[in-house]
Amino acid sequence: MAEHPVKAYEGELKSLDTMIAQMGGLAEQALGQAIDALYHRDPGLAEITLEKDRKIDALERSVDELAISIIARRAPVASDLRQIINAIRIAVDLERIGDLSKNIAKRAIAIATEARPTQVMTGFLHIGEAAMRQLKDVLDAYSQRNAGIALKVWQQDQDIDAMYNSLYCELLTAMMEEPQSAGLYAHLLFSAKNIERIGDHATNIAETIYFLIHGKTLDDERPKSDMTSRTLVLGYNGTGKG
Amino acid sequence: MVEISVGPVEGASPAGPGSARPDTAYKRPPKATARNVSVFYGEKQALFGVNLDIPDRNVMAFIGPSGCGKSTFLRCFNRMNDTITGARVKGEIKIQGKNIYDPDVDPVQVRARVGMVFQKPNPFPKSIFENVAYGPRIHGLAKTKADLEEIVVKSLKRAGLFEEVKDRLDSEGTSLSGGQQQRLCIARAIAVSPEVILMDEPCSALDPIATAKVEELIDELRENYCIVIVTHNMQQAARVSQRTAFFHLGYLVEEDTTDQIFTNPTERRTQDYITGRFG
Repeated sequence: MAEHPVKAYEGELKSLDTMIAQMGGLAEQALGQAIDALYHRDPGLAEITLEKDRKIDALERSVDELAISIIARRAPVASDLRQIINAIRIAVDLERIGDLSKNIAKRAIAIATEARPTQVMTGFLHIGEAAMRQLKDVLDAYSQRNAGIALKVWQQDQDIDAMYNSLYCELLTAMMEEPQSAGLYAHLLFSAKNIERIGDHATNIAETIYFLIHGKTLDDERPKSDMTSRTLVLGYNGTGKG
Repeated sequence: MVEISVGPVEGASPAGPGSARPDTAYKRPPKATARNVSVFYGEKQALFGVNLDIPDRNVMAFIGPSGCGKSTFLRCFNRMNDTITGARVKGEIKIQGKNIYDPDVDPVQVRARVGMVFQKPNPFPKSIFENVAYGPRIHGLAKTKADLEEIVVKSLKRAGLFEEVKDRLDSEGTSLSGGQQQRLCIARAIAVSPEVILMDEPCSALDPIATAKVEELIDELRENYCIVIVTHNMQQAARVSQRTAFFHLGYLVEEDTTDQIFTNPTERRTQDYITGRFG
């Protein structure tokens, strides 16, 4: 896209991109630190994550304010309008990612003195890394305006869903085997769900980027593999192996 | 069985953009058609092989930078280019299926069928009544004085001006405000029951309130008329038209629904123009 001859307008559009990039960077850090805090039982790191979320929230408000101001003053159309609307939408998804990371960090503080069940925590690390990769890729797709990377992120979300299904089974089994630690496992289960939701937000951003570039939405229903919301216990009823 | 419901809410889809008056004009046969239309001013070619269908009961906007040929093309539809020395029009323009450039066609009759409203309001230096009555009288559209009065009142009402001038129909047309004068010119144009109304930047000399009134009038008139408007004001094109044609350097670059042109145009040049990146 060629530069706009009105420099102030071009500057405002660039500011929106810069703020989204800053929000994305903070969201990446918050997620990474939340997972580390949970994995290593590090309440200090968790506290830092909470601070990140406040900065993300402030940036979201700035994106909203600038976007509304541009719409009011410059009557944008076509790709400019899409960029502005999409900045608002992406900011909402990034803000949610910040919130979900904060929630993981709070749970990390709550279970700081609890045991570290090795197998579950390894699964945790894997799903966390997958979500981090998705988030990084989708932010790259935005900064490079690359619909191909966005499409890849969109298609890969089911990997995270599959990991979540597996963790869900493990955590439920652990709860049954160690009912005295049900509180710990409940925190871990919610944290796993938060990461799965972060994957969904990365996918939302991928859809938004696709629309930004092509001016049309991704038509197909996205492949979804999170079965847990329709299941009592995976593997123990009609939807599992029975 | 208890269903654990912790997943995302699925199946929620936003409602599509609603419109009280959907654009259905494209389903009707076109009111006017242009085929391979080129215009020359002496040696200089101003318009290059334009093909376009203009639907009835619909507003079509012509947009493009200065000198792109949009006004030249507009003037082809009522043979206004005939009045310019050295101007030649090639190709075919049909209104209701009849080529208006056929040798047996009287350009004066064409201009009765195709009304025009100009950039600057140009009422005759006569009374408000006479401004509107002039066309129907010379074209013999009214048999009696009562008929003529009826046409004048109806036209002024349709132009949204009657209530403002009903007590001073004998006043000079030029005594009205700019916005009222432009609506008087629109009343004058519709008094001869034209099939097509051409508007060449009809609001560029008007203030925002007068502009809003004319735009409202255009929206009402499209229930009965085929309207073509040339405008430099992109937002006006977006507000009043259902279809938009973008011209550049004498070529028709792209024509589509106004929604499509202003949200996701196909051509790069259209995109650059409407977003203000060249012009």
